[in-house]
Formats: sequence, C-alpha cells, structure tokens
Amino acid sequence: MTDLIKERAISIIVNNKPDVLARIAGTFSARGFNIESISANVTRNPVITKIIITTLSTQETIDKIIKQLNRLVDVLDARKISRSQVCRREMILARLSMPEDRQAAVEELVGAHSGKVVSRESGSAILEFTGDKDTIEEVLNRLEALGMEDLTRTGTVFMERGKP
Amino acid sequence: MQQTGSQILFKALKEEKVDTLFGYPGGSVMDIYDEMFRQNIRHILVRHEQGAIHAADGYARASGRVGVCLVTSGPGATNTVTGIANAYMDSIPVVVLTGQVTTAMIGNDGFQEVDITGITRTCTKHNFLVRRIGDLQGTIREAFQIARSGRPGPVLVDLPKDVIQSVIEADVPPAAVPPAEEACPDLERPCNEALKLLLKAKRPLIIVGGGVILGKASEVFRSFVKKLQIPVASTLMGMGAFPGTDPLWTGMVGMHGAYYANMAVSQCDVLMAVGVRFDDRVTSKVSAFAPHARLIHIDIDPVSIDKVIRADVSMVCHCGPALKTLNRLIDEQRLTLPKLQIRHWHRQLRQWKAEMPLQYCRNQNIKPQYVIEKLYQLTEGRAIIATEVGQNQMWAAQFYRFDEPNTFLTSGGLGAMGFGLPAAIGAQVACPDRIVVDVAGDGSIQMNIQELATVVHYGLPVKVVILNNLYLGMVRQWQELYYGRRYSQTDMTQAPDFVKLAEAYGVKGLRATKPEDVKRILLEGLETPGPVMMDFQVEPEENVYPIVKPGSPLTEMSFGNVRAVA
Repeated sequence: MTDLIKERAISIIVNNKPDVLARIAGTFSARGFNIESISANVTRNPVITKIIITTLSTQETIDKIIKQLNRLVDVLDARKISRSQVCRREMILARLSMPEDRQAAVEELVGAHSGKVVSRESGSAILEFTGDKDTIEEVLNRLEALGMEDLTRTGTVFMERGKP
Repeated sequence: MQQTGSQILFKALKEEKVDTLFGYPGGSVMDIYDEMFRQNIRHILVRHEQGAIHAADGYARASGRVGVCLVTSGPGATNTVTGIANAYMDSIPVVVLTGQVTTAMIGNDGFQEVDITGITRTCTKHNFLVRRIGDLQGTIREAFQIARSGRPGPVLVDLPKDVIQSVIEADVPPAAVPPAEEACPDLERPCNEALKLLLKAKRPLIIVGGGVILGKASEVFRSFVKKLQIPVASTLMGMGAFPGTDPLWTGMVGMHGAYYANMAVSQCDVLMAVGVRFDDRVTSKVSAFAPHARLIHIDIDPVSIDKVIRADVSMVCHCGPALKTLNRLIDEQRLTLPKLQIRHWHRQLRQWKAEMPLQYCRNQNIKPQYVIEKLYQLTEGRAIIATEVGQNQMWAAQFYRFDEPNTFLTSGGLGAMGFGLPAAIGAQVACPDRIVVDVAGDGSIQMNIQELATVVHYGLPVKVVILNNLYLGMVRQWQELYYGRRYSQTDMTQAPDFVKLAEAYGVKGLRATKPEDVKRILLEGLETPGPVMMDFQVEPEENVYPIVKPGSPLTEMSFGNVRAVA
C-alpha cells in the first residue's frame, strides 16, 4: 500500500552548517508536509550532524522527499528508516505538583515504566521517561490524570538493529 | 602579499575564466566596483538588476558557459529573484554575486539589508553567505562547481561589505579541488534494456528536452537518432537539440504542440525521453499521456525520474554518456530497427503532418505567424532567437525552425515576461557575430524596456521584433476560449509609440502595419547595423493553435478556424 498515509521516518546525515536545517525544513514545507517530530545533534564528528525526522506521508511522497533531500548540497545522505528493524525512543520531562496524597501513585508510575525522578522540590517534581511512542503515550495519559503541569517531549530517535 | 576581499573575488572569477559580468552597482558592492577599475574584466552595466540576471542567463544559454551577475544588497538583490527562479526552473548555470551589509550589521535591519540567502533558498541550487575572507576564494570556486555540475542551476553568493573590504595576509594557495566528478553509473545494463524495448517497438518516439542542450549532447543525440531512424519530438526547452528541418523532426509536444507531435506521443508504443522532466505544459493530463507506451527515461536529476511518469527503464546520468553507450552498443551489435517494422509508423506520421501542419489563415492584417515565418526565411534559420513569454513565445517556437542547440532562448519553466530583451543582450555579448533577435509581445517588451539603453550603451546589434496586438495576448486568448470572452484587464491599447520610444533610446525604430510591409521592414531591420526595434501591428485577436485545454488529454486539441481553411 504505497498510497497509505502513515508515520514514516528519515535519517539525514548533513554538514553541520547554520542554514542546513532551514533547507531541510523547506524541502518538507515546499511539498506541504508537516514534520511530526525532529531530532538533531552533532555526531562524533563535530562537523557532521545527524537528523531524524518523522512525518505523515505516503510511500511515494517520502521517496520523492528523500530524492530531493539528497539533492541538497549539504546533505551527505538521506534515507528511509525501515520501521520493522529499529529501536525507537522518545524522552519526556514532566513537571507535576506533588501533594502528599499523590506520592504513592507517582512512585508506582515511575516504577512501572522505568522512569526517574530527576528533581524534587517542595510540592513539585520533575519526572523523566523514555520509551517508544506507545509507552510514552500511555505514560502521558497517566501523567495527565496525576495533574501534570508542564511537559517537554523530544523528537524520536531510531537505531537500526544488527547493522554496523 | 596582502589582498583585499575584492582582489580575491576577481582572482577567483578569473580562475573560473569569467570574462564578463552583468551588473549594477550600489552601496554594498562599491569596493568591488572600485577594484574593477584595476581588473581586466568586462562589465555590462544594465539598467535594472532583473536585466542583469536575465542577461547572465541568456549569456549562459547561448554560450554554454556559466553566466555571472553582480548586484548590490537589499533591492539590488531582490530585483534578481525572478531571474534566479527563472534560471532555476530551466536549469541554467548562473552565479549571482550579491552585496550584503557588514557581518556585524546582519540581522539588525540595516539600510538595504535583506536576508537574500533566505529569500532565494528555494529557487537556487545552493547559496552561500561568506562570513570570513578566508572562505571567499573557496566559496566562489564551489559556487561555480555547483552551478555547472550535475543538473545545472543558479548559485548565489552573498558578500558582506566587511568581508570584501578586509585584508588577508599572504596569497592563499589555491586549494586543489578535484574537477567536477560526475558519477556515471553502470550504463551498459539499462542501455541494453532500452535497446531491447526500442528494437521491438512498432511505434517508437523520442522526446528530447533541455537536458540534451545543457549536457552539450546534441551531436551524439543526432547520431543516435540517425542510427535507429526514430522520429523526434521536442519539449519547448529541447528546441534546437535536433534539427527542426530534419525529416525525422516531429515537432513540439504539449499544450501548443504540433498536432502530429501530440498524436505521436499519444499513439507511440515506446517513448524515450532524453533530458526531459515532464512539465505539466508538456504532459497535460498525465494519466492520458503516452498511454500505450513503455517509457525509457534518461535524466541527470534523480528527482525527475518517476516524478510525473513511471519509467520502465531509467538512467540517472548526463544524456551524453548514456547516448554514447547506446551508440556503442548499437555499433558493436550491429543493431538496426527494421524498416518494415516501423514503416507504418513513419507513414502515419507523414499523414498526420500532411493532415494538419502548423498553419494559420491569412487576411488583410499582419499575422504574427507570418512575421516569424519571414524572420526564419530572411535569417536563413541562423539567428539566435530570444523570446518573451506568451503568444509571441509559442509562435516563435512553432514557426521558427531551430537547427542548432543554444539558439532558442526562452523562459520555459517559470514563464517570466521581460526575459527576452535582457536574454538577447546576454546572448549578443556571448556571440557578437550572430544575429540575435528578441521576439516580443507588446506586453512583455515593456517589462524590461529600459534595457534598450544597455543595448545602445554597448552598441549591441540586438533586433527586437514586437508582435504588437495591443493585448496581453495569451491571457486574452484564454479569456476568449475559457472565460466567456470577458477580457478582464488584458487590453493594452494604451501603449507607447514603440518607434518613437526606440528612437528616444537611440535605437532605430521601424513599423509595419500591412502584410506587404513585413518582409521589407524585417530586411531593413536585419540589414541595419546596430540595434533595431520593429513594431509589427498584428491581428489583435489571433490565437495560438493548436491548444490543449489545461487538464485535457493531448489528443483533445482545438484548432480554431484553421481547420476550415486547411
């Protein structure tokens, strides 16, 4: 089903230059497509950046976007991430108010999803969770119920299994 | 030795064998213009920056070299944007040097500051903002390399004033940059597949596009066609890649394509597209385009492959290497396309050509097509023709026969009115010994009419042929055909007296009002040394035919009243 619109992920290796992100974003916006999530950081080589983008699109569109990305001078390699063979993770930081009566429920949630309490102040705490999209969604539902005050969520990162 | 940014810039330009700049000075580039006094380089001072970029583009199209344009920051830079987009759409190698405010000022809304790299990000092949003088020489080199390699295109280099003014110690030795390495994939396998398809074909057709001209592959393309005797249709941008006078020539395809070309595409069983990107003006309704054909597609840009039409065999490479490989395989294996196999097809094409050639009805008024026909005859098909955009452009494409590449300069992808006159200037600068004619409409000529001053300034013998119908003709034609004859804002009756206007600029002005004047005026114009502007007052409501209504199959052509007379 190539005309099915679903979440697709692209890995892009680029020169670490000031306008490269604008060029990549422009490639998406020029076709009217939204970037769902983005994650970017320098690699072990500081002049090279790796960017991972997820977007909702058809197979055909993603193929065209990848061709166009590869045409950009500062893109060294852009390719589709094959979804069946990857680990994927997102991370969230969430701030909750922590009245006495909620402590136990929070501890239980942190324990159940290998979360962490990264900061605790009087009456409030910051929690950290990592996981795949489904896990994160589930944790977020629980956090909402516990009165989450603020949330930061990273883009998705991927790692292909068994490749050098 | 100490060198300023300006000196390094000129050194880098000379390294790229640049001998001509098209430009317009201003505050941010004054140091460059000051240094120009000491440099042996030709500068053509245009009268508007849009003229500079189009002239650099016309220079590139006519010469096959990179055109260079130099303008100041802010409005100087933004005035080039249409021309940059134009070069981008038609894959023309141009390097645009723009001045910029000082690096410290960038982002502070300085006087004449715009973020030109941001503005042109989506209409350049690449662009650069040079932040350090140490990067200048390498950036210029890279800009030229990018502009001319692969699928060519415009590259913009933004030059902050302090970078240009600053001084660098010692002569930076030129870094050894490997020459443009154009990766060529293994062509033998796809070429064999292509030949297998072609040799089985009963109704083979080639569409040639601008890629063959840009790739300087016309010669090898012609020898390929000769070997297999396959009919050749063309896109607008491909005109001249194959001789318009050859018996195998099957005309231009598309919205205003020839009847026989559109029929041939719609009936062929194998279509070979060489250096073509399948613009919507070529395909019209995509699902009805070449419906019976297996497609062989050769293009340097991987993005073009499978973008509009899925290819059965594709090659991502310059047209030249692919065609050379095809020729070699044909020779080695002594391949031919049996005459018997394609006899019916050739007969069919001859019949279509006879049934409905490109034609028009004559009356007591000057027909614009007649002007182009006469221009073709009087120049013996040897002129370089630049066009504006609209009806004039289509009539030039239909009624002038182009035998050589780099002789038809037209704004194909962008359709930018005002292109023709400055493009003709660029072409005349590149080819001083050729006849260069701008075929114009009365609407588009007024978009860059100021460049007549440039023509006179440099004594360029450019000839301007205005097909003056007192309308924005193409839009009026659509209004007539598709908008119930409501001529909304297309009446251009309030026009200057073009003869007087020409004379005011110092250009010879001529006018023809009757068909019997046409030949005499053209002859006088062509024989007069120096620039001439000829005002042909043509049939006001003449239409370009055939026309395929946008979104319709190519077979659904309208012919107006032409068929009745034929």
